[in-house]
Amino acid sequence: MTNEFWSFIFGRLTWDVLPLHEPIVVVTFIVVAIAGLAVVGAITYFKLWGYLWKEWFTSVDHKKVGIMYMVLGLVMLLRGFADALMMRLQQAIAFNGSEGYLNAHHYDQLFSVHGVIMIFFVAMPLITGFMNYIVPLQIGARDVSFPFLNNFSFWMTASGAVLVMASLFIGEFAQTGWLAFPPLSGIEHSPASGVDYYIWALQIAGVGTTLSGVNLIATIIKMRAPGMTLMKMPVFTWTSLCTNVLIVASFPILTAVLTLLALDRYVGTNFFTSDFGGNPMMYVNLIWIWGHPEVYILILPAFGIFSEVASTFSGKRLFGYTSMVYATVVITVLSYLVWLHHFFTMGSGASVNSFFGITTMIISIPTGAKIFNWLFTMYKGRIRFELPMMWLIAFMLTFTIGGMTGVLLAVPPADFVLHNSLFLVAHFHNVIIGGVLFGIFAGINYWWPKAFGYKLNQFWGKISFWLWNVGFWLAFGPLYVLGLMGVTRRLRTFDDPSLQIWFIIAGIGALVIAGGIGAMIIQFTVSIMSKNKEWDTTGDPWNGRTLEWATSSPPPQYNFAFTPIIHDGDAWADMKARNAQRPVTGYMDIHMPRNTGTGIILAGLSVVLGFALIWYMWWLVILSFVAIIGAAIMHTFNYDRDYYIPIEAVAEVEDERTRLLSGAR
Amino acid sequence: MSDGAVRSMRVGRKESAVFLPRAAMSRFAKFLSVSLLAPFLAGCNAVVMAPAGDIAVQQRDLIIIATVLMLLIIIPVMVLVVLFARKYRASNTEAEYEPDWHHSTRLELVIWSAPLAIIICLGAVTWVSTHLLDPYRELGRLGPDRPVPANTEPLEVEVVALDWKWMFIYPQYDIATVNELVVPVDRPISFRLTASTVMNSFYIPAMAGMIYAMPGMQTRLHGVINNPGEYKGIAAHYSGHGFSGMHFVTKGVSDAEFDTWVGDVKGSPDMLNRQRYLEVEKPSEHVPVMHFAGVESGLYTAIVNMCVELDKMCMSEMMSIDEQGGLGHAGIDNLAPALYGGGERNRSPFGPQKTYVAAICSTDEAIAMTAKLPAIHAPNSAPLLGRGIARPEAVAQSNAPALDWLAGKLAFNQNTSTDAL
Repeated sequence: MTNEFWSFIFGRLTWDVLPLHEPIVVVTFIVVAIAGLAVVGAITYFKLWGYLWKEWFTSVDHKKVGIMYMVLGLVMLLRGFADALMMRLQQAIAFNGSEGYLNAHHYDQLFSVHGVIMIFFVAMPLITGFMNYIVPLQIGARDVSFPFLNNFSFWMTASGAVLVMASLFIGEFAQTGWLAFPPLSGIEHSPASGVDYYIWALQIAGVGTTLSGVNLIATIIKMRAPGMTLMKMPVFTWTSLCTNVLIVASFPILTAVLTLLALDRYVGTNFFTSDFGGNPMMYVNLIWIWGHPEVYILILPAFGIFSEVASTFSGKRLFGYTSMVYATVVITVLSYLVWLHHFFTMGSGASVNSFFGITTMIISIPTGAKIFNWLFTMYKGRIRFELPMMWLIAFMLTFTIGGMTGVLLAVPPADFVLHNSLFLVAHFHNVIIGGVLFGIFAGINYWWPKAFGYKLNQFWGKISFWLWNVGFWLAFGPLYVLGLMGVTRRLRTFDDPSLQIWFIIAGIGALVIAGGIGAMIIQFTVSIMSKNKEWDTTGDPWNGRTLEWATSSPPPQYNFAFTPIIHDGDAWADMKARNAQRPVTGYMDIHMPRNTGTGIILAGLSVVLGFALIWYMWWLVILSFVAIIGAAIMHTFNYDRDYYIPIEAVAEVEDERTRLLSGAR
Repeated sequence: MSDGAVRSMRVGRKESAVFLPRAAMSRFAKFLSVSLLAPFLAGCNAVVMAPAGDIAVQQRDLIIIATVLMLLIIIPVMVLVVLFARKYRASNTEAEYEPDWHHSTRLELVIWSAPLAIIICLGAVTWVSTHLLDPYRELGRLGPDRPVPANTEPLEVEVVALDWKWMFIYPQYDIATVNELVVPVDRPISFRLTASTVMNSFYIPAMAGMIYAMPGMQTRLHGVINNPGEYKGIAAHYSGHGFSGMHFVTKGVSDAEFDTWVGDVKGSPDMLNRQRYLEVEKPSEHVPVMHFAGVESGLYTAIVNMCVELDKMCMSEMMSIDEQGGLGHAGIDNLAPALYGGGERNRSPFGPQKTYVAAICSTDEAIAMTAKLPAIHAPNSAPLLGRGIARPEAVAQSNAPALDWLAGKLAFNQNTSTDAL
């Protein structure tokens, strides 16, 4: 009886699934546990729980949600990068019959989880964080259209991350690669909990991503300041709009295909099995119909950041705004017509392959136009080499190489020899690091003073910049070479000793990048701790051109006391040129949304639901599902959703800003 | 691909000779590969850049041509980035400064049309080369200016990706190997590929590009090895824990050596019948080379159709039956519990017990089998049917006519090769 009882309570969760036999995981667990306890202890000691709960966790302020997204992304970057370092070390030593230090069970989880974390829980939260923080400010809005939904979206994304992290210590993660192709990911070949962690982590995070996409589209379409027509929107807002259109149109495909995979695994359907009429090729097609737009979801906002940086630091209007916008829209549409280039080698006919190859190349035309636009924005400008501008130059030099190898891979016969090789691995790291991540770093350095009121430390920023750039080429240059030597990806051991030197160089490159990350952490720490910060009293430390620089740094809770009226594309530059006066009287009460804990509660219950589904604890599945529905219904009866910031409070904040502005000038 | 398409593409190749002087381009590419890449790749064995088979050589040339085409625009852009960044730095007050200059129709035309021009060239190269180097296309040449001699019979190899080793069946010689592929040089090779359980990718970088091998499906690849030697064969798509050890040796040998080798394999005591295949198929890692002196006829077809076990129905039969409207209720009952594979452990929590469609070996057996079952009468169809929709013939009356019809179908299938399907 007891056995049955325990397996009813805990499903298939037993002591055996804890990775106690893997010393590396145990040590990691101990370190994480100690660090976690230290953080919890510190928060308790300094009595910060109430503050965190009231001011951050339950906040519906788009600025705070944006910052929480950024924190999530940066924390997960450390995890994803630790995985990368481990893989590099394994590949650098597993030669001449050596098995290295990782067994297949562990190594195969590493490359799967590295990809999942870097795409879903690093790049996505960082990009979404920027869109959350910047878009409402750039369009002169007080918040996003659906502030509660925004908080809920963030916590759902965080819930997915929690599940992925849990898989490290309880059970295992998928050993299938980051896209979990069946039949390998089917129940027959992957019976353990790994693929289930994959499915439910992505499903829960996917809810957040889709909802935040809906939210931002509504915000951009409906909440622009008067006068800001579509063609007067800042380019970052344009790229955000396109990205969110892509999110809303493509994430449901991911949700559907993962649901079908879950049905195969849980109720024995045969959508993607090899027999009973199932078709694994269908999965491959569907997941890439999501997967290709996904890379543009990541890169478009980075392009937007670079556009803002290029014109601000060249002291010049962006060259070719209109063609920039059209290029973005063309990329958005074309990104749906290229998915098959991810599997030219699966036996499609020559005509199909050439169609998708050529559509892929066509995307390089608008992308090339964008590069030229940034180039001619610099032309006849006054370029200030602040950190964001340095990242822009590094991006333009790195990304063009990545773009070139990408177009090369789009030529099907060339792809036949380069597909699944380390050349491919080098290519997509070249565009994702050189494009997305460099864009994020430019954005962090550019908008940090807006969010916190002071600039980041330049010295450590420059060290981080150079370590990242040198480290990147050291780490991925060798992979290009290895790809041309016919070495394929995801291998754990090697026979050919002549390859080892390249893997060692790549490993050194990864260590240099680790230095870059370290320098960045020092940069943040030094900037935060520094007593004599460069306080930005103007709200406009870079001589910016778009509306977010019109308000104070950090912006007041309500962003703008008066909704600005827009006459020109670079709204703030236009206001400055016309010597527009900031109104200092005539304030009114400001209507604001009230914080709510429902988002974090729903997301917490979703973690429980996902965990219960992964471990077959059916009673808990039912209980948590009912609780989610219940909590959602309860929330609809909460009528205390908004409040007014009284005139006096507004006037106090604005008068303080007036005082600072006059002092600064 | 249908024969018609292949034929029309052969015509296309002749025309392309006018369009793209391939020999000249190949020489050009070789020149570039030496001058541009040699210093870069000196000291390492860049097999993709220096392959041993004509297809891979053409793919290499294409990489170089495409790279050079793109460098035409990439290099100027990178140079301009550095130049502009230097010239218009804030400290250089000599340089022009036009803060409001943001549009030039002429420049816009250039920045859109320059990449467009490159992509038009590259697109044309892509279209032609994708068709010429289609892995499904039979070889037309062994090398530059060396068409395949008229009476050459390509070497046929049937490849099965197993967990975690490669099986090669030589139907023309009635032999099979594991983890060893020996081919005569300068003889076109025609591969048919499939897999036993999960997806994999078959890749001999020195010979030709990769192609996926997938369970229940067949893909094709054509290639040739021009230089004698030993080459690496790779599993290029992750397939589970034993993946890293799943590689094989490819040997290009002379015709005489090949014949000797075939003789050696023929001398092996091991035979590959269905039962032996099922033993070999079981997951294993770092498998040494195996030789089989004989292969049971129809084994590869059975592997593709996932019916090596005699009591499973082949997918070709299943599809053929389904195409004709299915077996109706008889088909629903024709299941047997899975005795192999993961068994109970790998069952989905709410799924039915894992079953498979049982083989119907002969009409008599099938009739005997269903005769033991309680007679199934077609349910009253009246409330189910829309007006004007005919009821499928096979289930209209009872089981017997359906089985009569099935007998004819099966007789037809057994005489048909998988290719026709």
